[in-house]
Amino acid sequence: MQVTMTVNGAEVTRDVEPRQLLVHFLRETLGLTGTHWGCDTSNCGTCVVLVDGLPVKSCTQLAAMTSGHEVRTVEGLAGGAGLDPVQQGFMAEHGLQCGFCTPGMMLTARALLDRDPDPDEATIREAISGQICRCTGYATIVRSVRWAAEHPAAAATDQEVTA
Amino acid sequence: MQVPAPFDYARATSVAEALELLERHGEEARLVAGGHSLLPMMKLRLARPDWVVDINDVAELRHITEEPGRLRVGALTRHAELLGSEVVGRLFPIVHDAERVIADPVVRNRGTIGGSLAQADPAEDLTTVCDVLRAEVVIAGRDGERVVAMPEFHRGPYETACAQDEIVTEVRFPVRAGQGSAYEKVERRVGDWAVAAAGAALVLDDGGAITEAAVGLTALGLEGLAVEAAAVLVGQRPDEALFAEAARLAAAASAPVEDGRGPVDYKRHLADELTRRVLRTAAARAGALTAVQGG
Ligand SMILES: Cc1cc2nc3c(=O)[nH]c(=O)nc-3n(C[C@H](O)[C@H](O)[C@H](O)COP(=O)(O)OP(=O)(O)OC[C@H]3O[C@@H](n4cnc5c(N)ncnc54)[C@H](O)[C@@H]3O)c2cc1C
Ligand code: FES
Ligand code: FES
Repeated sequence: MQVTMTVNGAEVTRDVEPRQLLVHFLRETLGLTGTHWGCDTSNCGTCVVLVDGLPVKSCTQLAAMTSGHEVRTVEGLAGGAGLDPVQQGFMAEHGLQCGFCTPGMMLTARALLDRDPDPDEATIREAISGQICRCTGYATIVRSVRWAAEHPAAAATDQEVTA
Repeated sequence: MQVPAPFDYARATSVAEALELLERHGEEARLVAGGHSLLPMMKLRLARPDWVVDINDVAELRHITEEPGRLRVGALTRHAELLGSEVVGRLFPIVHDAERVIADPVVRNRGTIGGSLAQADPAEDLTTVCDVLRAEVVIAGRDGERVVAMPEFHRGPYETACAQDEIVTEVRFPVRAGQGSAYEKVERRVGDWAVAAAGAALVLDDGGAITEAAVGLTALGLEGLAVEAAAVLVGQRPDEALFAEAARLAAAASAPVEDGRGPVDYKRHLADELTRRVLRTAAARAGALTAVQGG
């Protein structure tokens, strides 16, 4: 069957098997391997992408169900203005070690900040509670998201610097 | 890599179209709402439909509507939408109690109330919530709509009154003046299914006496309400000794089984303790309690 969706701002149309999961559509059909794939059981959250702006576990959604919708993956985080403040926050506060959970964590953080630009620690911990990090102990992830909240214009500044 | 067995996919944009697709594709057609129970089961081949009928575009199923005397919630309403709804939290705080501990925020962006009730997992939380709130479920089929009370809707684990060619369209919650309600769950880790959970709803009259009571348990082997526990509450004024007696009766009515989440005696202890806690909170929320210690 044919699916059409917007991925990181660009419309894509592909022939897929109805049973193809969104995570495999992104990784294999589109080659966007920034979306990671881990537990396969809807638990770890490394496969999280934004669908219509909301974090969704892409191993538990069909590509077919996503047709007509808007998807944002980690590849779409950095814009023309440079890295997203969330990405800069993860760099500044050491929000990753192996990086396996990082794409999902950053997208959930982006969605949280879009809805609540100044979340406290409890709110951040709640927002990422469906995602597992085996490396950092979460403290640095929370600090990374706080960094992004405190530097909302970081990307614009970056652009000024590079322009 | 876990991938479902092959199937064909169809998308419905109205209840009528979904019913028509279910009828056309017969026995092996299944609805998909949030997909967070169905797709995991399909990956494990515990479900193997030939057709999947996607109802996510059926806008008429996605609403929260306040009416005099009742709240109507469309079957496609997501967990996150229930949790985000001011009116739901004001009228039925038990729903927010439960939603805060159903899965995790990302799963809650997809999972729906209709899918949860239709799935009828033995550890599913909203069935207990709907039981104690004496909700009704609206089921649409070829011959029109019928409204069934929760005891009739929920027949047991993985079994409901909704036939394969029917659709749950709505859940209706009666609004009772003087009602307080609460839910509490023990889970092994954040986002997990219940080891055990309890829910309660109490209606107090102006004099502070209990006029209606409902107690339900989740993942504890009790189908429907704990009727003996509710019976001792009605006509009494809320106090600790009364709650202890009701909790003892709820625990006695439970029939937990040992599994990876804990042994029988631990789960029965939770039935008792969680029932006390939700009764205290429900009574306090009903507004008539000052003297009972919260917990
Ligand atoms: C990691 C994880 C943790 C979870 N933890 C919890 C938890 O702690 N507590 C809890 O209660 N739940 C939990 N869930 C389940 C979650 O709440 C699911 O969303 C829910 O069980 C099913 O809702 P759904 O919309 O995803 O249904 P789907 O998976 O789409 O459907 C489930 C079943 O219901 C049928 N169905 C769906 N909609 C309708 C309808 N309108 N009419 C008739 N039939 C319908 C489908 O055909 C299918 O058979 C968890 C799920 C996951 C993945
Ligand atoms: S791979 Fe999707 S939640 Fe783990
Ligand atoms: S950085 Fe390794 S899992 Fe999070």
